[in-house]
Amino acid sequence: MSLSEKYKDDIADILSRYPVKRSALIPLLYLAQQEEGYVTERAMIEIAGILDLTPPQVYETITFYTMFNLKPVGKFHIQVCKSLMCALVGSDTVIGWIKTKLGIGPGETTADGLFTLSLVECLASCGTGPMMQINEDYYERLTEEKLDRILADLKSTGSSQLKSGPFMWPESIQT
Amino acid sequence: MPHHELILLKNMAQPGYGGSLTEYERAGGYQALRATLGKIPPADVTAAVRKSGLRGRGGAGFPTGVKWGFLPKDYQGPRYLCCNADESEPGTFKDRQLMERDPHQILEGIVLAAYAIGAESAYIYIRGELVLAAKILERAIGEARAAGYIGKNILGTGVTVDVWVHRGAGAYICGEETALLESLEGKRGLPRVKPPFPATHGLYGKPTVVNNVETLANLPHIMNRGAEWFASIGSPPKSTGTRVFCVSGHVKRPGNYEVPMGVTVRELVYDYAGGMRSDKPLKAFIPGGASAPFLTPAHLDVKLDFESVAAAGSMLGSGGVTVMEEGTNMVWAALRLMEFFYHESCGKCSPCREGSSWLVQIMRRIVAKRGRMEDLETLSDLCKNIAGRTVCAFGDAEVAPIQGTLKYWRDEYVALIREAEAANLLMPEPAGVKP
Repeated sequence: MSLSEKYKDDIADILSRYPVKRSALIPLLYLAQQEEGYVTERAMIEIAGILDLTPPQVYETITFYTMFNLKPVGKFHIQVCKSLMCALVGSDTVIGWIKTKLGIGPGETTADGLFTLSLVECLASCGTGPMMQINEDYYERLTEEKLDRILADLKSTGSSQLKSGPFMWPESIQT
Repeated sequence: MPHHELILLKNMAQPGYGGSLTEYERAGGYQALRATLGKIPPADVTAAVRKSGLRGRGGAGFPTGVKWGFLPKDYQGPRYLCCNADESEPGTFKDRQLMERDPHQILEGIVLAAYAIGAESAYIYIRGELVLAAKILERAIGEARAAGYIGKNILGTGVTVDVWVHRGAGAYICGEETALLESLEGKRGLPRVKPPFPATHGLYGKPTVVNNVETLANLPHIMNRGAEWFASIGSPPKSTGTRVFCVSGHVKRPGNYEVPMGVTVRELVYDYAGGMRSDKPLKAFIPGGASAPFLTPAHLDVKLDFESVAAAGSMLGSGGVTVMEEGTNMVWAALRLMEFFYHESCGKCSPCREGSSWLVQIMRRIVAKRGRMEDLETLSDLCKNIAGRTVCAFGDAEVAPIQGTLKYWRDEYVALIREAEAANLLMPEPAGVKP
């Protein structure tokens, strides 16, 4: 099914927010990625049609942004922050644990297609490092025990209670 | 711990505060909007903000009221407000907390700013990774729209302000205001050549104001309690109000601390953040995010306000304070930040695009103990040829880690190179690649 059939109302809603159609490009690419886990060439061509753009204009834009996958990734995309602030509190160790536990390096996916590992730059979580993002969720103040539980939870139930809620750090601030 | 009144974090500091519309209203929320829209002329709102001395909390610290004042007064077409929620400066995590814990405070600020500049459409450009914050803002917008605080004819005043969340997709540079506008237009996020400035030619070529989340969150308080009140907090006349400082690194209690501008780094690190995490003393700190040059223990008594930090040779920037303990290798630290800038250079200007690659290669070589003494001169030369030669401030930012560490910890660079020389691990000079 094409995006315009499946997401007719969503697309109309997105388009209504902007006076210029092209502004809807990133939101529509997110819809496409939500659909298949990555953005297919077919989706790019369809989106170009919706927005009166040429396919190269879509491709030109999508390749600028790191959050769009142009090829399939694992069911759980693990992104570990490697920037200085997390590195000061042990992100390299976390990366080592993940490599050992899953047997994959950065840019690789486990054979069962469950996990892909990426190393990324700062995710605005510097006070609660080391941290990682898996799909849409943040996991912070990682320890080896916590990491084991998160991976086990994701494997067995597809989600983990250890993900972060609305951010507040420190939890009780000065009053 | 010293006692300061919380302003921006006040609501969320109450146990159980969930940030819903009801809770926000119970805490006095949307009073400023009620008292301002249709009652105080927009020009007077701008004048009050100018008088308050409020300066941008995103990094550059430009006076907010002055920025608004640049919009053409006689322009009849649409104008836009963009809330810059693309929080990506390494070391910074305050906007995330403000959005996730008290979203209506930001929305009220957005409506006030849009009213002041005459914009009927406002976009919150939020970094793509902050999915939870985007959902929380969407929900809050729904609540505010249903209650008549956002949308057409707000509270019967005839004022229209519509607000939408627009997610970015992973690009640090989109925090630069003209790159943000390009991205919002559905293009690659490349900064524009200025002038013209967004005030006259912004989103879709129309007059536009881009303000940071924390900047906008201050507006309801300024309107409620007056410009004079705000101007009396902090280090008047040039750094007024509070800042939410994000403390990270080797401290006992990292986190967000809202303090009046002008507290010293020592107070922030030792009184608020609990001091160093172990018995190792403080060796270095960054006062304002990755783009701000490193400072030393000799700067612990520098006041955290715009002028004092600049006078110390760094910048207050985004308020991200990162602390490093004795034993941290400063060349390694500079390399980590350099790798960030190399990854995030948008590629528009050659000095930045090529220079960041060369800097990273040389830094990696030195850290891998394969450096050459002449590398130090090359690093300095490159830095001088990048800063000030690019379309946006990214060029100046990317040389900050190296210039700062070369200034105070040159001996650590030299030590690594000496090790290389001693081990006779010098790389043979590759033909034709020496920058």
